[in-house]
Amino acid sequence: MKAFRYHRPADVAEAVAVLAAEPRAAYLGGGTNLVDLMKLGVQRPDVLVDVTRLPLDTVEGLPDGGLRIGATVRNSDLAAHPVVRRDYPVLARALLAAASGQLRNMATTGGNLLQRTRCVYFQDTGKACNKREPGSGCAALHGQNRDLAVLDWSEQCVATHPSDLAVALAALDTVVEVHEADGPRDIPIADFYRSPGTHPERETTLARGALITAVRLAPLPAARRSTYLKVRDRASFAFAVGSVAAVLDLDGDVVRDVRLAYGAVAHRPWRAYRAEQELRGRPFSPELAARAADAELAEARPLRHNGFKLPLTRAITVRALTELASS
Amino acid sequence: MQGGPENTTTIDERHSSRVTFEVNGEPRQVTLDNRTTLLDTLREHLDLTGAKKGCDHGQCGSCTVLLDGRRVKSCLVFAVTVDGRSVVSVEGLAGPDELSPLQAAFIAHDAFQCGYCTPGQLCSARGMLDEVSRGWPSAVTDDLNTPAELTDAEIRERMAGNLCRCAAYPHIVAAVRETATSS
Repeated sequence: MKAFRYHRPADVAEAVAVLAAEPRAAYLGGGTNLVDLMKLGVQRPDVLVDVTRLPLDTVEGLPDGGLRIGATVRNSDLAAHPVVRRDYPVLARALLAAASGQLRNMATTGGNLLQRTRCVYFQDTGKACNKREPGSGCAALHGQNRDLAVLDWSEQCVATHPSDLAVALAALDTVVEVHEADGPRDIPIADFYRSPGTHPERETTLARGALITAVRLAPLPAARRSTYLKVRDRASFAFAVGSVAAVLDLDGDVVRDVRLAYGAVAHRPWRAYRAEQELRGRPFSPELAARAADAELAEARPLRHNGFKLPLTRAITVRALTELASS
Repeated sequence: MQGGPENTTTIDERHSSRVTFEVNGEPRQVTLDNRTTLLDTLREHLDLTGAKKGCDHGQCGSCTVLLDGRRVKSCLVFAVTVDGRSVVSVEGLAGPDELSPLQAAFIAHDAFQCGYCTPGQLCSARGMLDEVSRGWPSAVTDDLNTPAELTDAEIRERMAGNLCRCAAYPHIVAAVRETATSS
């Protein structure tokens, strides 16, 4: 591992100032992803700015009925928070479906959103990867790509985003609060993640050195009826092969409102707007849910080894919505 | 990642830190290369070899310790970040000549074969039982708003971060169940 200096800033402004002054500095949150990638030689910061002692570790109710979650709130504390469990079960379920008890005690809210892909070609410095080393090529495109993207990939990158939390937040119209060198800024989650395009090394629209300080959830009473379904290669402690975050609001049997987002299908958490459009205003049925998923996946381009993700994503859409409809 | 110029960088005081923290109730102070993990600090600098290095990537759980009372994977924690904090490793779960109820249950239920994962299993189970007592749900909890009953399915899900390659899982579950029900 490359040697690094360690800095513990007194406040957010100092943290951002250090990143502005040090071109190869990185923020350190829970470390569950960054420390691993440093051991692998994939990330090689020369300064670590430890943000875990900044006063960003609270969950507070907002006057409008929403919720602000500090960036250093640990995944386990957030999943156990009584308001999250009651008002945003999709969020609690997504967090609990991720990683292991130990890792959830470490991982932070902000860090979770900035996880790097689990594409094995990205994690192996001996392989070509445009995300790790721009211009080096993509060994995954024609490699073992079972776990990779089916939607919105580019010739340069077929990686998927690994976060479960981000999928739930994408379904909830979250705002990401960030602090940049010239002050604070709000980024709607729909604008936060990027498609890979020709610059897969950039996963978000964050300015370099920006620090996530919180995520803000809008009040969404319908989210009390919400869930997160995740399919893995084993029963627990694995990244998603497919996942869906779903919120369903029925008026009788008619879909008044619905929010759907998919994990493990694209470079970003995938908000399924087309599927939502198919569902809204129609009487709910499992057949309708299947048609909605098919509409969303119509533009999918499966790779050689991951065509199964289409029927899988369709099946979990039907299951999640049918469960919510009958709950 | 052997070789390469970064590994021959001269390590000076800018890349090292003096770290003061509590380990098993005792104050300890060490000067470390910032790259040193908490796991390596315990094992190589403080002669506490209970916590084990299995995968060194946060996947196997054999390095699990309690940090400020919460279970974490010490292989993914840089020791410099725990300055002022409190660590309990398997050596601190009970006095030197004692067994905690959890340790006694592991013996009674034959909850290990080679024993390599056991220190991590014990620290993880200790932290997990505290989480249960705080009413935390898990991925297999049906009703998120009611404290879960600690069924075998709950124990297995909550202990998923600890691998046992000897596959002593049924006995580990039995030991944890007994500890939970008798406390």
